[in-house]
Amino acid sequence: MADVPLDRVAETATTEVEDLSLHHPHSWLTRYVFSQDAKTISIQYTVTALAIGFLALFLSWLMRLQLGFPGTFAFIDAAAYYQLITMHGMMMIVYVLTAVLLGGFGNYLIPLMVGARDMVFPYANMLSYWFYLLAVVILLGSFFAPGGPTGAGWTLYPPQAILSGTPGQESGIILMLVSLIVFIAGFTMGGLNYVVTVLQGRTRGMTLMRMPLTVWGIFTASVMALLAFPALFVASVMMLFDKLFGTSFFMPALVELGTRLDYGGGSPILFQHLFWFFGHPEVYIVALPAFGIVSDLIATHARRNIFGYRMMVWAILAIGALSFVVWAHHMYVSGMNPWFGFFFATTTLIIAVPTAIKVYNWVLTLWRGDIHLTVPMLFALGFIVTFVNGGLSGLFLGNVVVDVPLSDTMFVVAHFHMVMGIAPVLVIFGAIYHWYPKATGRMMNEALGKLHFWITFLGTYAIFFPMHYLGLLGVPRRYHEMGEASFFPASAQMLNAYITVLALIVGAAQLLFLFNLIWSIRHGREAGGNPWRATSLEWQTPETPPPHGNWGKEQPTVYRWAYDYNVPGVAQDFIPQNMPPEAVPLGARSASGGAS
Amino acid sequence: MTAAVAFLVLLAALAAWWLSGQRLMSRPWLAAGVVEDTGGLSHMPAAKVGLGVFLAVIGALFSLFLSAYTMRMQLADWSALPVPRILWATTLLILLASAALVWAVRSARRGEKERALDGLLAATGLGSAFLGGQLIAWDELAGSGYRLADNAANSFFYVLTGLHGAHILGGLVAVVAVTVKLWRSPDAAAARLPVELCALYWHFLALVWLVLFAVITGWAGDFLAVCRQLLS
Repeated sequence: MADVPLDRVAETATTEVEDLSLHHPHSWLTRYVFSQDAKTISIQYTVTALAIGFLALFLSWLMRLQLGFPGTFAFIDAAAYYQLITMHGMMMIVYVLTAVLLGGFGNYLIPLMVGARDMVFPYANMLSYWFYLLAVVILLGSFFAPGGPTGAGWTLYPPQAILSGTPGQESGIILMLVSLIVFIAGFTMGGLNYVVTVLQGRTRGMTLMRMPLTVWGIFTASVMALLAFPALFVASVMMLFDKLFGTSFFMPALVELGTRLDYGGGSPILFQHLFWFFGHPEVYIVALPAFGIVSDLIATHARRNIFGYRMMVWAILAIGALSFVVWAHHMYVSGMNPWFGFFFATTTLIIAVPTAIKVYNWVLTLWRGDIHLTVPMLFALGFIVTFVNGGLSGLFLGNVVVDVPLSDTMFVVAHFHMVMGIAPVLVIFGAIYHWYPKATGRMMNEALGKLHFWITFLGTYAIFFPMHYLGLLGVPRRYHEMGEASFFPASAQMLNAYITVLALIVGAAQLLFLFNLIWSIRHGREAGGNPWRATSLEWQTPETPPPHGNWGKEQPTVYRWAYDYNVPGVAQDFIPQNMPPEAVPLGARSASGGAS
Repeated sequence: MTAAVAFLVLLAALAAWWLSGQRLMSRPWLAAGVVEDTGGLSHMPAAKVGLGVFLAVIGALFSLFLSAYTMRMQLADWSALPVPRILWATTLLILLASAALVWAVRSARRGEKERALDGLLAATGLGSAFLGGQLIAWDELAGSGYRLADNAANSFFYVLTGLHGAHILGGLVAVVAVTVKLWRSPDAAAARLPVELCALYWHFLALVWLVLFAVITGWAGDFLAVCRQLLS
């Protein structure tokens, strides 16, 4: 508090927030390690999650090696293969995607974009990261535990998840469940911050309908995550009891290796309901921030106001609400009542409507836009195409009759990776290329970035498109080896080998990104405060990178929405959100409004 | 999953009500200039809104547990356990603690420090007695052979009361912290908000307990059965 006086704009609602008094750090430890600055926490989240992401990528390489060249690598036996699947899936979905999009981008962008000095509860925000790190450490610890990590599949279905045939049954599954519980506790602290900062921390003039769509996406996703993660918490606690204390929440009566176990009467389906009550919203917890970010990338790099802003906001809210009533479409093959399936198929197909609205609006934003094919823009465009492709195969799988034969095949793997793997990852890359100049003051190298984009974009298509075909041939997922089940042609194996080779190449290409990320910190081109000439508040900070407290003496006042690009009769092709109407330079634009 | 969905519908209705006052129909691209945010929440302290959101999370947690409870209950091996008498006493205790906190809030608002302290201390005592009573209930049940893993009804009983007790314990820690803060501060007004937050949290957990109690004793099931008969 001592060095920066926090002047508050008089008689405004948002600055009355009592918890906003910031405690400026005084030592290296409180500035960089136990920091309460949302921006530092964001970087901690992002770096940790990227590290886990690279590890999970490496695990997928090992899986692909086994699938492409079965039997060549002796150390990937069936048990190891299942452990690889499980850890790859759980890490990517929970510890990478959720952590980067909410913990990483949420922390960096929410306070800056709404004009706040920090999150409203900075201390809880700091704890959130350390809980996350603890969860990661526990999860990684299972690699060194006796029996190794759990091989129950990322869905951890009982009863097999805790039975002795499953790898990691000794301690891996326990560590996984404990790690999830810690993660959820940590996320709750962060999530409260994201939600309440949007509700209470907005600066003067920043009405909800003036918020950039990124904030809308992260806000809605945080609300969803706060309500959906408890389901995973409940499921984890109950399974932990089944495993440790012999209760029978989920465990039916079982005979294992000739001995009758003490379990009896439990319901594995109950676990599936709880798991997917979390699991489906989770898809949109990842997707909504991605939707929001893409909207802003497209508007900025196509120099167009976002088409149908209101519709975009409503669609985000509609998707958020609908995603809580579609969970059982992951359970079509669990033997449920057909009427149930009918209901969930209907809701599943309905959710395509707001999603399609968003896609149309992105395309219409691009239409006759002044498109700059910068690296973030390439990734944003790549996302739209990938998301549409993955979404279309989702329409197949949303129908019960189509899902049942395809459910256990590679088709699901392909669909899922397109829509929830590659699509959000493209957005994460795009967002990092876009906001990196704000966080470091330097641009990332463009040539390397473009190379990274084209290898990743084309490469992932080359990987996952043929996988749909494999699925239609009937190639099962989750199988360590095809064995006698090979009713599909021998060429399927060639395709598998081809996919593996490409996976190795695309995976290795991510090192380009890693190199660029580190190299540019020192050697990147100086970016200045607003290199993309963007309107939203984070680009209008007095200093870049913004210091603790973000805004210097005075918080900004917002006069307009976040999409005033190419406004007719204005001399520059963008108007920052905090530019008062009387300060807008009028007159004809000198050039075409292109990049200066 | 009826309980969980019902809870979410309730939250969705609240959210819709709030959003309806947020001018979601406005055309932000037309109006430049400062628009003062008139949202109903923005005049509340952030801590209170934060607590409200946190309570929604706790509500989701318990409603999901109740959903699991009702689904598991319908399976063949379920055998309900006898409800220990002492739970009646603890129910009374948690409600009395709520009342003590109401007293504390009123006193703090009027700036009467001593009375507010009395209320907080009474709440601490009553809340601790509640936890003690719950432990006695566990002991009684375990003593008469209703152990954790014997039947899913027992497992749920211990897990639900344990989870609720853990939340109560957290609440007690907060109440004690606020008591100390109020005791040290010269005027009662400074601790008004924290006292209010404690009370709000406590009332919510008391409500959760009433619902849990109704479900554990089976009345909730009876009540729903009566409703169903009336509807059909």
